[in-house]
Amino acid sequence: MISPWNSADLTFLKPELWLLCSACVILLLDLVSKDQRKAVTHWLSLLSLGIAAILVLAGGVKSPQIVFSGMYVVDQLSGLLKFGSACLVGLVLIYGRQYFIDRSMLTGEVYVLSLFGLLGMFVMTSAFSFLTLYMGLELLSLSLYAMVALRKDDSLAIEASMKYFILGALASGMLLYGMSMLYGATGSLHLSEVSARIAQGQTSRDFLVLGLIFIVAGIAFKLGTVPFHMWVPDVYQGAPTPITMLIGSAPKLAAVAFVIRLLVQGLPAAFVDWQSMLIVLSVASIVVGNVAAIAQQNIKRMLAYSTISHMGFMLLGLIAGDAGGVAASIFYALVYSFTTISGFGILLSLTRTGFESDNLANFKGLVKRSPWLALMMLMVMFSMAGIPAFVGFFAKLSVISAIVSHGFVWLAVLAVAFSLIGAFYYLRVVKVMFFDDSDLDVVDSPFSLKCFVSVNALLLLVAGLIPQPFLSICADAVNLSLLG
Amino acid sequence: MDKATFYLLVPLLPLMGALLVGLSGRLLSFVAAHTIAIAGVAGSFLLSAKVLVDLWNGQPTFNGNLYSWITIDGIDLNVGFLVDKLTAMMMVVVTFVSLMVHVYTIGYMKGDPGYKRFFSYISLFTFSMLMLVMSNNFLQLFFGWEAVGVVSYLLIGFWFKRPTAIFANLKAFLINRVGDFGFLLGIGLVLMHFGSLDYATIFGQVHTSEMQQFWMSKTINLLGSTPVGLITAICLLLFVGAMGKSAQVPLHVWLPDSMEGPTPISALIHAATMVTAGIFMVARMSPLFELSPVALSTILIIGATTALFMGFLGIIQNDIKRVVAYSTLSQLGYMTVALGVSAYQIGVFHLMTHAFFKALLFLAAGSVIMGMHHDQDIRNMGGLRKYMPVTWITSLIGSLALIGTPLFSGFYSKDAIIEAVAASKIVGSSYAYFAVIAGVFITAFYSFRMYFLVFHGENRWRSHGQDHGLADSEEHHGLSPGDDPHESSWVVLLPLIALAIPSLSIGFIAAPSIMDGRMFGSAIYSDMHDTMRVVSEEFHGSLAMAVHAFSSAPFWLALSGVVAAWVLYVWKPSFGVNISSFFRSLGIVRLLENRYYMDHLYIHVMTPIATSIGRVFWKVGDVLLIDGLVVNGAAKLVDKMSKITSLFHRGYIYASAFSMILGAVVLLLFWSAGTKQILAAIGLSH
Repeated sequence: MISPWNSADLTFLKPELWLLCSACVILLLDLVSKDQRKAVTHWLSLLSLGIAAILVLAGGVKSPQIVFSGMYVVDQLSGLLKFGSACLVGLVLIYGRQYFIDRSMLTGEVYVLSLFGLLGMFVMTSAFSFLTLYMGLELLSLSLYAMVALRKDDSLAIEASMKYFILGALASGMLLYGMSMLYGATGSLHLSEVSARIAQGQTSRDFLVLGLIFIVAGIAFKLGTVPFHMWVPDVYQGAPTPITMLIGSAPKLAAVAFVIRLLVQGLPAAFVDWQSMLIVLSVASIVVGNVAAIAQQNIKRMLAYSTISHMGFMLLGLIAGDAGGVAASIFYALVYSFTTISGFGILLSLTRTGFESDNLANFKGLVKRSPWLALMMLMVMFSMAGIPAFVGFFAKLSVISAIVSHGFVWLAVLAVAFSLIGAFYYLRVVKVMFFDDSDLDVVDSPFSLKCFVSVNALLLLVAGLIPQPFLSICADAVNLSLLG
Repeated sequence: MDKATFYLLVPLLPLMGALLVGLSGRLLSFVAAHTIAIAGVAGSFLLSAKVLVDLWNGQPTFNGNLYSWITIDGIDLNVGFLVDKLTAMMMVVVTFVSLMVHVYTIGYMKGDPGYKRFFSYISLFTFSMLMLVMSNNFLQLFFGWEAVGVVSYLLIGFWFKRPTAIFANLKAFLINRVGDFGFLLGIGLVLMHFGSLDYATIFGQVHTSEMQQFWMSKTINLLGSTPVGLITAICLLLFVGAMGKSAQVPLHVWLPDSMEGPTPISALIHAATMVTAGIFMVARMSPLFELSPVALSTILIIGATTALFMGFLGIIQNDIKRVVAYSTLSQLGYMTVALGVSAYQIGVFHLMTHAFFKALLFLAAGSVIMGMHHDQDIRNMGGLRKYMPVTWITSLIGSLALIGTPLFSGFYSKDAIIEAVAASKIVGSSYAYFAVIAGVFITAFYSFRMYFLVFHGENRWRSHGQDHGLADSEEHHGLSPGDDPHESSWVVLLPLIALAIPSLSIGFIAAPSIMDGRMFGSAIYSDMHDTMRVVSEEFHGSLAMAVHAFSSAPFWLALSGVVAAWVLYVWKPSFGVNISSFFRSLGIVRLLENRYYMDHLYIHVMTPIATSIGRVFWKVGDVLLIDGLVVNGAAKLVDKMSKITSLFHRGYIYASAFSMILGAVVLLLFWSAGTKQILAAIGLSH
């Protein structure tokens, strides 16, 4: 079944190889560059991200290609999510540039770590064995730990980074423990063989479920679902805003891929078990995330709890478990990450040196100071709240209709009720922007930043007006990857 | 370019204009703003004209979807266009009047701080109205329906610092909610029973006589067990929507108040286009309405009542715009009457001619208002024909068209309505016949009362004090003692002249093709009743119809209306005062001045009932249950929970780590068989 790899397999790895080489080259170039504004590094990084995205598209395959002796898989699903992650990381670099320059944080590490992080996400997205999954995960995590601590003089950031690192190590430990249990139960690290052996029924169920529990715990940490969410608010608030933006967007796509590979593809035989575990995580996240977000005055912390609840929503699609549900989850994750990144982009447009603008009060009267940005923020908040005509509505609709079609009406009612509660804190931002008075200065952000953020936010509306093509892309990708 | 893309350009051009002008902020100058808006609408008008010409030359009807918005539960919700001759005619009318109003606005809104906002709104309105008429399904129709409603709301309250304007737009909004509620229920019933929102699919289910019999005999149970004809219920509910939008009694009260908006929108929205959306909608749904005699009779009676009784109110108005507004109500009643007797084609015909001459009358009234420095009281005018010659002539043409003078456009459509009512045999048609015949006299009387008071007689603007209250804008309060009225600038006069031409001629040109059914072809279905057949048999050419008019009652009634107005307001004004005091002693004037006490009914009876019901829901539902139990209760619960969780949430790593381990333990519980059984028992797990 498993054959040794040959050099032809490398052709499927073009985006990853490109990212690896360009990250190394940029690292070396940055060492010799004397430019304080890092213009060369910046544009080269964007270029290499763009080429990586193009390579992902160009390397699209119809049916899943399992390469490297079953360690790695290239399919439509990985193509879609890799393309999305590359775009998101690119946007992070674009949105964050002014912020880094203003605070003299612009070092080559930002770019190199972003690229390595993206490489980690690529590996996670395409991994098809426990080993590659774990490698991708750690490559991503280590890059993120370092980036959170980028401001060496900021004690909050250092604290956040330490917490993130220690808790992340604990979660990795749990994950590895679970994987080792599964290895013990099935005798293989390859997901295809693991699922085949479980299906044959030769495995000990006790080992299997014990392993599953620790794997789910590890996954839950990476997604940031309750009760493995404690790091999320601290890291979101403590990290520099562009890094928060990075943590909150692209890695979520990789994490969704991680869950799909491990649970949907690797452990379909244990569906009933992980389904009920995911229900617990999802319900807890939706409830805790939405309720805790109401109490937050810091926008980054509020968005952290909002992320927790969004991840709960995203899990709903996986609870349904069929192709339609998985497609809904992927659509949800994509919508969520592009919405979040535009929200953070607007937040960044409002910051200046020495002024983080991350309190709710800083948004007061934004409509008077920058009516355009206020309008864009309104769109982001409406989309997050799931108000129709914005794409967020269709994301929620698709996951909720997925679980309803599997009979989980109570879960759907709960999700709707809590998204109603969630609407409160999103709309509060709108209220503060449009109806409160402020004595703050007029916003003065770079025109290019405004342009990108505006296009990003307007896309939420456009995709809400024509959601069907985007839904179809996700559905097709899942159908071709899981079934075909 | 394929056809769908081509049709898409028609609504998209005004939308782009609206977005560019509306979102540009200070980037665009006033000139650039109105150039962009006008260019968008002009392009849209040219394309619409081409669409009409193509269809007239035999191009087939287009029915296609642009894209599927979303598919829910097997129901496709699409955005698409149905372009047949009915649509094409509406497109041309809407874009033409809109273009004229755009040009006119340059003069009328000059110097207003909301100049660009106004252009953005009227372009947005044009887009919404086009989406409404071009739709091929109920959902998009409803979108357009609500979008024009929103823009209307914004424009009535355009001068949002005036309390009267805010009152008026709130009133329009609330009354239209009532109508839209019915409309939405009607759409829901259609979806429930026909399983689709697509016109072609729905009409395909009623196109043979067996199918029609099936649907006509189908009933649903309302309020428990009262059986009601399904089609009747659908049609009546849809018509409730039309009543709100097209201001039919008793949902008409918002339209006179909507005159608080700037005059150009009174012409565009509250006379020519938006208020006729209800008429258009019923004509579009003719295959359904034909199946319900009950609904048609209801429509007929409501339309006839509106036509006659709203005309009476026009007689006692002194605000120039309100006279025209009541005349609009009355004419909308005529159109509704035509729908009720299954003469949909003629209803739409009157919609078209009315759009031109009523837009003309409104814009002329606006020109007079500008000439009078925003004094709107016709008692302060008089003899304006010497000062405003172009406005005078065009107003005369508009008034002659309105009262149905032979050869003018209004004559053909209104006389055809009267003939159609005479030919109809459905319940209520004799009442309707009386109403539309009497309405002819009333229309002529109030129209020429206004015309004579404004353009003839003595100059009265010097003889009154400065106490007139109906000012159009806060900065202007009528002419100063030494001033005379002045003619408006060419941007105002040009639209008047351009609208006067169709007001004169469009009836003569279009009548033959409408009477013999060529104009709308299969777009309108009226075969269940033979009204249209009788009307078309009696029609022997436009000229013959005009000649025949001299030997028929409506002409002489109209003439006597004009003569009566001349006697009372020009020749012997003292006579008029006597007659007026006679009617006052009978209490009729009081009744009219209070608008049949309809507003009193709404404000002093309906509103208190509604608010007291609302208060119960508020106190019990909101304050007690939702706020008290759910929100505050949840908050208290959350508070308690957070006190417990804050033991872990102190920011210490060990607390976070402990929570994770606790989580893993919770998950481990799933492993134990007992937990699984419990979960299965309460249905949480398969």
